[in-house]
Amino acid sequence: MKTDTVNTETLKAVYKHPESLKRVKMHYCPGCGHGIIHKLLAQCIDELGIREETIIVAPVGCSVLIYNYYNCDGTESAHGRAQAVSTGLKRALPDRTIICYQGDGDLAAIGTAESLHAANRGENFTVIFVNNAIYGMTGGQMAPTTLIGQRTKTSPYGRDEGNSGMPLRWCELLTEMEGPAYIERTSVHDVKHVMRTKKAIKKGIEYQQKGFGYSFVEILSMCPTNWGMTSLQAAEWVKESMEPYYPLGVLRDRGNGGDK
Amino acid sequence: MSERILMRGNEALCEGAITAGCRYYFGYPITPQNEVPAYMAMRMPEVGGVFLQAESEIGSINMVWGASLAGKRAMTSSSSPGISLMQEGISYLAAGELPAVIVNMVRGGPGLGNIAPAQSDYFQAVKGGGHGDYRTIVLAPATVHELTHLMIDAFDLADIYRMPVVVLGDGALGQMTEALTLPKPSNRKIAEKDYILDGCKGRKPRTIKSLRLSPQGALEELNLKLKAKYDEIMEKEPRYETYEIDDAEIVIVSFGMASRIARVSVMRAREKGIKVGLVRPITLWPFPEGLIAELASKDRVRSFIDVEMNLGQMVEDVRLAVNGKKEVFFYGRTAGVLPDEDELLQKIVEVDG
Repeated sequence: MKTDTVNTETLKAVYKHPESLKRVKMHYCPGCGHGIIHKLLAQCIDELGIREETIIVAPVGCSVLIYNYYNCDGTESAHGRAQAVSTGLKRALPDRTIICYQGDGDLAAIGTAESLHAANRGENFTVIFVNNAIYGMTGGQMAPTTLIGQRTKTSPYGRDEGNSGMPLRWCELLTEMEGPAYIERTSVHDVKHVMRTKKAIKKGIEYQQKGFGYSFVEILSMCPTNWGMTSLQAAEWVKESMEPYYPLGVLRDRGNGGDK
Repeated sequence: MSERILMRGNEALCEGAITAGCRYYFGYPITPQNEVPAYMAMRMPEVGGVFLQAESEIGSINMVWGASLAGKRAMTSSSSPGISLMQEGISYLAAGELPAVIVNMVRGGPGLGNIAPAQSDYFQAVKGGGHGDYRTIVLAPATVHELTHLMIDAFDLADIYRMPVVVLGDGALGQMTEALTLPKPSNRKIAEKDYILDGCKGRKPRTIKSLRLSPQGALEELNLKLKAKYDEIMEKEPRYETYEIDDAEIVIVSFGMASRIARVSVMRAREKGIKVGLVRPITLWPFPEGLIAELASKDRVRSFIDVEMNLGQMVEDVRLAVNGKKEVFFYGRTAGVLPDEDELLQKIVEVDG
């Protein structure tokens, strides 16, 4: 096919691939939110100019391979222990930026103790908590954030409050503690919320740079594969089913004179 | 020679660690090692280090992973049940090839057991404890002095071989106050750590991990690399002490606190004219199997007696090294009960025939 020559001098770049993000194929399923969130994080790292001082801590879960996707130093942690790893790392390197990236099973089930205590100590790192209401990597089991009535491999009749309790609202739990400096819940189900999520991630990292303490961004995200939906249905489900139970917004902002 | 002082084992080991350059301690209370976190809480701020009481032993060992990623000398300590909780983390450290020092002041088990001195975590320390194909170097001091000095070796070996090192004491060793001289910093050459994570300024990004899904054979490649390292350690690092071994017809093999009791029984048996000697492994892994095998092939050596504060764990390694050449007997007390020198003497007399 013949292609026309384009005069690039007259063109203005409106988008480019973030330098922090490797040009590799990701392993995520179609319609999954991780890819969007990875890109947002990479854009924030680029815009803050901190690629060479950032260390990314991976969880066990779908995002276990996150370190393969960034042009940054990265490590893994045992299932649930990402915030203990981040604690040791940040204490050893207080002037580096530590991003702790976790899913709902990792953070809110097996890692409950590590996650609550790191928050309570006000550890100066940023947690990106991806809540998709299910265990993705292991094939769709019930998560602590699975909604009442939601069918999963281990709640085939729908999550039952009497058997499994109510879904955990982690941001609200954190507000009981003095430690966190910033707590926000966002979503990536549409463009507007994707942009809002980017702002939240950036703010969280900036607060870490300023030494304000623990910053926490919970992101409602899609898992069409394990929800048994199309990508569009999944985005709709976040809005219609998850958002009412997990209200979006800033739950705490102790930065820039704010005391919420 | 430096001044002789009196210190409790749990506190003296901290001074050894600080001299070794350890500036990161993460721990959780459990008897009989509570003096370690208490002492570190006092000393770490004085030496510009970090002390953090973790939410659990699981937290501790993973914080050690975090500090070790950054190339820092980091340690934790606990006692048996707490060490059980750390096993997953130790397996990760082995796979990630990260240095770390873990002190276990063993108490009676299984379960919550009791808080008396025991050696019943030999299997856990020496045979892996956690999941997967890995080893840890295990150092077994018998005195407070040796414990303090072995902390220097523990940090050096951890760095040289990039792996977790376990210092296996017992409740008595930790609690006991004994005379010692404090160690000097080591003069071993440790290669610069070219694997650490500190942000990728001026270099390619690095990853430290244990997951190896692909390509096919990636995990086997790692495990074979670890095996080569372990082979080198088995070749170079076995350590032991011998006592009255030159003409011994009966060889006692015993480590740590039990070996101190065994030594007294050897002296008393010698008074009776029985030619008995003692081999005290200082490294439980690598086990000094070469020495045991050599002794087993000597005509004058008739038999071995393995003495432990458990129901017979190291005895399996003694039997493997002896390889059927001589008879191997066992004497031990379990559940935090110390071996009795009279009982052991009686056993020696019986074995002597």
